[in-house]
Amino acid sequence: MKIFERFLHIDRRIIFVLIAIGVALPLIYPLGFNLEVTENVESVYNLMEELEPGTRILISFDYGPSTKPEIQPMAIALMQQAFTNRIRIIAIALWPMGVQMCNEAFEKVSAEYPNIEYGIDFINLGYKVGGMVTINHMAKDFRSTFPTDAGGNPIDEFPIMKGIKNFDKLGCVISLSAGDPGLKQWIMIAHDTFGKPVVGGTTAVQAPIMLSYVNDQQQLVGLLGGLKGAAEYELLVNKPGFATKGMDAQSVAHLIIIIFILIGNIGYFATMKKDTMKA
Amino acid sequence: MHRIGIWIGVFLTFAIFSFLYKDNPFYKIAEQVFIGISAGYWFIYTIYNILIPNLFVPVTTDLAHNFLLLIPAFLGILMLCRLIPSIDWVSRYALAVVVGTTAGLFFKRYLQSDVLNQLTATMLNPFASSNAAQIIGELILIIGTITGIVYFFFSKKHEGAFGTTARVGIYFLMVSFGAAFGYTVMARISLLIGRLNFLLGDWLGIIKP
Repeated sequence: MKIFERFLHIDRRIIFVLIAIGVALPLIYPLGFNLEVTENVESVYNLMEELEPGTRILISFDYGPSTKPEIQPMAIALMQQAFTNRIRIIAIALWPMGVQMCNEAFEKVSAEYPNIEYGIDFINLGYKVGGMVTINHMAKDFRSTFPTDAGGNPIDEFPIMKGIKNFDKLGCVISLSAGDPGLKQWIMIAHDTFGKPVVGGTTAVQAPIMLSYVNDQQQLVGLLGGLKGAAEYELLVNKPGFATKGMDAQSVAHLIIIIFILIGNIGYFATMKKDTMKA
Repeated sequence: MHRIGIWIGVFLTFAIFSFLYKDNPFYKIAEQVFIGISAGYWFIYTIYNILIPNLFVPVTTDLAHNFLLLIPAFLGILMLCRLIPSIDWVSRYALAVVVGTTAGLFFKRYLQSDVLNQLTATMLNPFASSNAAQIIGELILIIGTITGIVYFFFSKKHEGAFGTTARVGIYFLMVSFGAAFGYTVMARISLLIGRLNFLLGDWLGIIKP
């Protein structure tokens, strides 16, 4: 019985060390676990595949460096698919650091697609404060909301912005979101008010909340949730990256946590039984 | 320069992780550096990327067409009066405008998106599909939604059939909390993966970052 009592008092530092080892080793020695694509992620992929070449889409970078490991791989995979299919990207940010996230993702992806030209295939319009108010204003008058790109150049100079006055000419809206303002505001305005298809990429913490918007009303066409969602998307676009690499480590870490939860529960029920018998 | 940045990142990463052993001066240094840099960054960012392009430039270059911007500027000054104890009461007016406007703007949106559309999405015929898994899934959706909402109805005592329905609702809620917890664990492990990728890749060069 003493051993069961010990189960309840395992030093947490042992757990921390095991988790660290469990995450580090698969990064150094990949295990190659299989990954299956879920319906929600496939819906996003299919929506992008159905867009005609030349279509313009809006990607909103609503996250910062603190959630970069989860969301940046999604941004990169989405950009890779868009550029492969000649879909043009208009990027904005509702979070200040989203501008930098966008620039880093574009820098990484444009190295693989040397034919992509800024201003024709891609543009970064920068950050705008205001959240839902900004989105609402964009839907009515896009050009006065973002009169210049992130570098301060008037948007009239760029062919990609030709004819964009509101959301009408956009194929879809993608929000890569870590909180507020973010995906929820895009759903409320872009889809529920103006009827544009919206897809999202969120942190795993937000994913259970956002999943309720993937419904018959198509408030969200699909959702990429956390690092796993990013890994599934990398599998679909056939460009494995950081997210795919991280899945082995993710699986091992989860296994360690499950084992410790089981150990804790065994210790709890065993000692509870002992206390009941004593009573 | 890039190498110096990496070493600073490594020091701060280990300083934060050292808290897992116990609180110590290195952790405190990293924490204070983070708070200080964040506050300084946000202050400068707010001035140069929000106030200057959205207020100062329009008002100073073309006041005739942008004089309405003086109203939110005035409300902003009223809000700052919160810092002066003798006149902190004036900030309540600015706050009232913010709260009232936000409530008005959000009321319609949240009602449409979070209530009406969500309700409509639950009002479906679960037997319309021929796929057994889909039928079961939609029945679970309907039962879970109704029983979960019943649990939160506290104007009637949870006993008898009503109490049983509420209890079923609790089980659905517990399952959803468990799923949320699992997702949260996944998120935290993902961030750890990001940090270890930096340490093993960018710093030590053992893996390709």
